[in-house]
Amino acid sequence: MALLPKQWRNLTPQQRETRDFYLMILPWLIGFVLFTGGPVIYSFIISLTNWTGMNTRDWVGLQNYVELFTVDPLFGTVLANTFIYGTVSVLLGVIAALGIALLMNQKVPGISIFRAIYYLPSVTSGIAIAIMWGWMFNPRSGLVNAVLALFGITGPTWFTSSQWAMPGLILVSLWGIGPNMIILLAGLQGIPQHLYDAARIDGANRWQEFTNVTLPMLSPVLFYVTVISLIGSFQIFENVLVLTNGGPGTATRVLVFDLYQNAFVNSRMGYASAQAWILCVVIMVMTWLMFRISRRMVHYEHGA
Amino acid sequence: MRRLRRAKRLRRMINVLLIYLIAATGAIIFVMPFLWMLSTSLKASNEIFVFPPRWLPSSLHFENYAEALDMLPFGRYLANTLFIVIGNILGNLFSCTLAAYGFARLRAPGKNILFLLMLGTMMLPLWVTLIPQYIMFSSIGWSNGFAPLMVPAWFGWPFFIFLLRQFFMTIPQELEEAARLDGATTLGILWYIFLPLAKPALATVVVLAFIGNWNNFLTPLVYLRDSDLHTISIAINRFRGQYGGTNYNYMMAISVLAVLPVLTIFFFAQRYLIQGIVMTGSKN
Repeated sequence: MALLPKQWRNLTPQQRETRDFYLMILPWLIGFVLFTGGPVIYSFIISLTNWTGMNTRDWVGLQNYVELFTVDPLFGTVLANTFIYGTVSVLLGVIAALGIALLMNQKVPGISIFRAIYYLPSVTSGIAIAIMWGWMFNPRSGLVNAVLALFGITGPTWFTSSQWAMPGLILVSLWGIGPNMIILLAGLQGIPQHLYDAARIDGANRWQEFTNVTLPMLSPVLFYVTVISLIGSFQIFENVLVLTNGGPGTATRVLVFDLYQNAFVNSRMGYASAQAWILCVVIMVMTWLMFRISRRMVHYEHGA
Repeated sequence: MRRLRRAKRLRRMINVLLIYLIAATGAIIFVMPFLWMLSTSLKASNEIFVFPPRWLPSSLHFENYAEALDMLPFGRYLANTLFIVIGNILGNLFSCTLAAYGFARLRAPGKNILFLLMLGTMMLPLWVTLIPQYIMFSSIGWSNGFAPLMVPAWFGWPFFIFLLRQFFMTIPQELEEAARLDGATTLGILWYIFLPLAKPALATVVVLAFIGNWNNFLTPLVYLRDSDLHTISIAINRFRGQYGGTNYNYMMAISVLAVLPVLTIFFFAQRYLIQGIVMTGSKN
C-alpha cells in the first residue's frame, strides 16, 4: 500500500477500512460496470434499434417487441416450447431429485458411493455428452430403443419425430438432477430428529411423517431448487443445438436457440436483444409469481 | 421378546436390501450412458449399426482413439482449452478472493447495496449480456480471439465471490484482530491468515472453474472463428458436422477423451464439489 498517494496514508481506521474495501472489490466493480451492468443497459438500447451487423443501426422504438408478439409466426411456438420444456423437465426433475435424496438419506453403509454415481453426470455436461445422447437415442442402433425392445416395445424415432423430440430432451435433462439431489439431501439432513420422534409418539406412520414433517420442513429448499432449476431450464441451448437443431420443424425451437439464430446466424442483433429482454422479464415474472404462490405453501421455521 | 427382536432385525434387513436394490437400479441407469459411450468407442466400424445393437464390442478396437485423434489437430485444441481454463482459474482466484474478503470482513458505506447488486447479477441470464458484450468486444477488434473469454474472469465472478465470502464468514474474528494489533495490513491478513485457512473453499473454486470452463461451449462458439483458436468443445462440434451420423465409434472415442479430465477431477475432488453446492445452494 506504500504506492498510494500521500494523503491516503493519514486516515482514521474507519476511513482506511473503507478505502481497503473499495480497493479490494475494485476488480469486481469494474467488471460489473463493463461486463454486466453496462451491457444490460446497452442491451436494452440495442433492442430498440434494427441493428444488423455493422452498418445498419436505426432507432425503431418498440418495433422489435411489436414484431415479436404480432408478426413473427415463430415466436408463439418458441415461447410455448420453452414453457413446456421448462415446466415438465423441472417438475419431473425435482420429484426425481427428491426421491433420490430420500433414498440417499437412509442410514445404510456404502450409500455415499451411490450418491457419487447420481451426482456424477451433472458435472459432465457439454457438447461431448450431448453427442452421446444423440447416439443413445438413435432410433435404430441406440441403447434406449434397444432396452425398450427387450420389453417388446418398438421405440419412437425420438429426435427426428416432431412428437417425441421434446420428450426426448426432457428425458435427457433428468440425467443432470445431481446438484438438486445434493441440495435436497442437505435440507433433509437439517431436519431436527426430535420432530420425527414427536410424530412417532403421536402415532404417525411413515407417510404421515413424510407429509407432516418432511415436506413442510423441506418446503423452503424445495421451493429454492424449483426456482433455480426453472431459470436454468429456460436457457437450454447445447442439447437443442446438437440433438434437434430446434426441429423437426419447430418442435423443439426454444427461446435461447431462436435468440442465438437471430443474433449470430441472421445478424439481427436488435431483434435478438429484444428476445433477451423478454427472457429476462419472463424469468423475473415467474420468480415473482412463485414467491407469491409459495407464501401460502412454504413453511419457514423462524417466522420470515 | 427375543422373537420380537428377531422379527425386527429381519424387517430391518429386508429394508436395507430393498434400499440397495432401488439405489442400484437407478445407479445402473445413470451409469449406462457412459458405458455405452465407452463400448461404442471400441467397436469396429461395421459393428456400430448392427441390429439389435451389441452391448459389448466383439473385439476391442483401441486404434479408434488414435485414428479419431488424427482426423483433427486435437493437440492444438487441447492447448487452447487448457490456456483458457488455467488463465480463468487464476483470474477468478485473484479477483474473487479480494472481493470476497471485502464483502465478508470490511465495513464501508455502500457495502450492503453493492452486495445485493452482486447477488442480483448471479440470477441474470447470460443471454442478456451476450449480444452487447459481443458488439463491445467486436468494436475494439477482440471478436476473434481468446480475450473476450478470458478478460472477464479477472474482474470477478459473482458465484465464486459469494462462495468464498460464505467461507470467509466462518473464520473466527479473533485471528485477524490479533494480526491487526501486530500491525498487519489488510492484504497481509488475507494472504497469511485467510487464504491458508480457506484452502478447501479455494479448491472448490478451482474445481468448479475448471469444469465450467472446460465444458463451456456458447462463448467459444460466438468468439472463436479461426479454427486455429478452437477449443475442444468447439472442435468436437465441428467433428460432429464432418463425421457425425456415420462414424459413431470415432465420435464416441473423442467424447470419452473430452469427458475424461472432468471425470478424473470428479473422482479426486468430489468432496469440494459437493461442499460448493451445499455452501451456496447452487450449481454455478
